[in-house]
Amino acid sequence: MDLILFIVFALIAVVAAINVVVQRHPISSAVSLIAVMGSLAVLYLLLGAEFLAAAQVIVYAGAIMVLFVFVIMLLNAGGETKAGRSFVASLLGVPVLVALLILLTYFTARIYPRQTEVHFGGFRGGTAQAVGRALFTTYLLPFEITSILILIAIVGAIVLARKELE
Amino acid sequence: MTGHVPLSWFLALSAVLFSLGVAGFIFRRNIITMFMSIELILNAVNLTFITFAYQRQQVAGHLFAFFVMVVAAAEAAVGLAIILTVFKNRETLNIDDLDSMKN
Repeated sequence: MDLILFIVFALIAVVAAINVVVQRHPISSAVSLIAVMGSLAVLYLLLGAEFLAAAQVIVYAGAIMVLFVFVIMLLNAGGETKAGRSFVASLLGVPVLVALLILLTYFTARIYPRQTEVHFGGFRGGTAQAVGRALFTTYLLPFEITSILILIAIVGAIVLARKELE
Repeated sequence: MTGHVPLSWFLALSAVLFSLGVAGFIFRRNIITMFMSIELILNAVNLTFITFAYQRQQVAGHLFAFFVMVVAAAEAAVGLAIILTVFKNRETLNIDDLDSMKN
């Protein structure tokens, strides 16, 4: 059951991620990215990360992607034109990326052979209670720093996006 | 096969998503699509964090994924504001036309 769930949602994630890269129009890429994030939320749930699965749907698929879709619609940007300028890039791009993928998978498979198997319920430390306890005790300082970071980001976004006053 | 998933499959999926994100960032010329590719890369890294949190049976990996999420939200807000400003001034989203620092 876990295996079927993993294969189904991993396939959805990979196909949607390919769609993000190959689609010409930004809005198609955005919708595909929402599919990637939704299927990743299911995989987080499989790994026992209940809180992060919820946060993934709410923060990523909800807030961040809505921001993206708003900006795409606001700018009314059409599909992109083909550039095709660099000859070296078009020649070497795909082989280098495939080499990167092979290297990454080779080393992960070599360093972490199939000793650990994931099954649903194998890790119960990812509840909102456990995450909140760690967040407000051990990781309190990073938490406070991120809150300041968000404040700076809000101010920066407002300053950047406001209309210039005459 | 007992219906359990090998841990390395999660890492392989993460590697695939990461490579696709890098591909999107390098190949695409639309600044918004490049930005979405960065989000894809961050999601792949989050999956790795959560997979290792499962392997080590510790909640610390979840917290790092949480911080990545928060920083991604802040980054999206500022980045999209920058994109809006660029579009307002230059009337283009093509990264090849935004080369005023080149010469």
